[in-house]
Amino acid sequence: MQKATLGRVYVWEIPVRFYHWLNAFSLVVLCVTGYLIGAPLAIQQASEASYAYWFGKVRFLHFVFAYIFFFNFLFRIYWGFAGNRYASWKNFIPYRKKQWKEFKQVVAVDLLQAQNEPIETIGHNAVAGITYFLTFLAFLFQCITGFGLYAAMSKAWFPKLFAGIVPLMGGDFAVRQWHHAFMWFFILFALVHVYIVFYHDYVEGRGEISSMGSGWKFIEKEYHPLLKKTPGTSSKKP
Amino acid sequence: MPAQARPTIWEHAQSKGVSRRDFLTACAWMTAMLGLPVSAVAEVTKALETKPRLPVLWFHFQECTCCSESFIRSSHPGVADIILDKISLDYTETLMAGSGQQAEDALHDTMTKYKGEYLMLVEGSVPTAEGGVYCCIGGRTALDILQEAAAGAKAVVCWGSCASNGCVQAAKPNPTQATPIHQLITGVPIIKVPGCPPIAEVMTGTIVHLLTFDRIPQLDGLGRPKAFYSRRVHDTCYRRPNYDAGLFVNSFDDENAKRGYCLYKMGCRGPVTYNACGVMRWNGGVSFPIQSGHGCIGCSEGNFWDNGPFYRHLPSFPGFGIETTADKVGLAAGAVTLAGIAAHAISTNIRKGHLIREEKAASEDVHDGRAEQGGS
Repeated sequence: MQKATLGRVYVWEIPVRFYHWLNAFSLVVLCVTGYLIGAPLAIQQASEASYAYWFGKVRFLHFVFAYIFFFNFLFRIYWGFAGNRYASWKNFIPYRKKQWKEFKQVVAVDLLQAQNEPIETIGHNAVAGITYFLTFLAFLFQCITGFGLYAAMSKAWFPKLFAGIVPLMGGDFAVRQWHHAFMWFFILFALVHVYIVFYHDYVEGRGEISSMGSGWKFIEKEYHPLLKKTPGTSSKKP
Repeated sequence: MPAQARPTIWEHAQSKGVSRRDFLTACAWMTAMLGLPVSAVAEVTKALETKPRLPVLWFHFQECTCCSESFIRSSHPGVADIILDKISLDYTETLMAGSGQQAEDALHDTMTKYKGEYLMLVEGSVPTAEGGVYCCIGGRTALDILQEAAAGAKAVVCWGSCASNGCVQAAKPNPTQATPIHQLITGVPIIKVPGCPPIAEVMTGTIVHLLTFDRIPQLDGLGRPKAFYSRRVHDTCYRRPNYDAGLFVNSFDDENAKRGYCLYKMGCRGPVTYNACGVMRWNGGVSFPIQSGHGCIGCSEGNFWDNGPFYRHLPSFPGFGIETTADKVGLAAGAVTLAGIAAHAISTNIRKGHLIREEKAASEDVHDGRAEQGGS
């Protein structure tokens, strides 16, 4: 393929990019503070308790970023209905046959690397969309279990909304354990996510990495109806 | 016999030779036990003057009687007051004088005479495997007795973790299918007073509430009285400031242990256990496990026996070995992921290499073309 035929496509709107980086930052803070809460540093022979509050601060940060994370997540759900076609909720829920067809194609081309036919999708491909949907479910699980645990130590009404999860899961212990285990989902997700972004940028040269900064991607004109000058292959909705 | 015909608690106390002063003292104690202000003493006194003694049936199923042991050591109000004066304990396997036919008759009499009025206290879980043969009393299974007695009870109080959540005998693999009471009976209000055992004052406090107000106390999401189970041991622990300051015991023989720092890293279950140990303490307020230098094992929480090991903050991850925590599983999965990424990166350069080389060659042509144009 010839990159001379590339066209600029505005894919990620400002709210999507803002959400992405705030979410990424929150997740890093939540994972680091969360891990510390689970396995605090071993400080030997410090002074009186009244002179220090570092563990309290770590927990405070965790709670503050939990709120930021949750409302950012809510905002993203809203933007799934208000944003452009690439931000739409339709990318995440695999309810169309086409998505599963593309899923197989992406697995063959990018994961197994058995084929080299290009993937036409401009925004999230089917595998990414489905993976993000699972990630949203994990977000939801972490929010429910996290606020459920927090409810016992807060007087605010908001965390109390989630208190029901504790008896449902059989007590704080089980809730805490699963909340902790799911942290690893985010760590693994981040590893794979960052790698795949580099992979796509390297192989396809569409500007995958910079797109989350600028919003623009560079797409072969034949794959984008608006960029296409001569109607060749059947135009499909992305 | 109608309820009015029975003597009231005050009448009964008088017949036992209790003075008015002693009676009022007991009323004041009870008010304090319920966490009520001084102004409520009159209300409690009036209730005890006018209410007849509550007929009580206390059952023992799959258990170790540690709940009874705890109960008879309650300091305020004295257990003698509770058992002998305030309630009418008509049947209890471990404390009653009668035995055999006499005991069974007493049980039967109360169940028929005070149908819908008696209070049922259950200590222990009920085995359901193989028709319930693992716990039989007087030739009948615990399940059978439970269901018959619960049908006519005003309310059921589950003493201890066995009755509330199954405790040790319901731990994996639970060979007798030990089952907590709330899973076996319906249609009767159930109050859970978990703990292995529960604190004596919590037990008497619950009874006193039922006795005084004639209704079940306010319960939390798991059916425990809020007065005693709304806060975590961690929230009322005197070592809590060390937790917030990040001062932890790292091993039982280190300097931090001597200084009385927080036992969080030693697997203390205080942060996930709802109980009043930090406030009421044990043996008349003498001490509680954390004060004695040992972490809480979470005995009043469901599955506490399976959430082991007790001396580690993070439990074993279900489905893996006893030493495998979520962090170990996570780290292993992380290593596998990184290996997969490395393999994929190598594969990319082999399988997609020609695509990238074609692109490079194409862009070099463009550059060369431009260079020629610029040069000419």
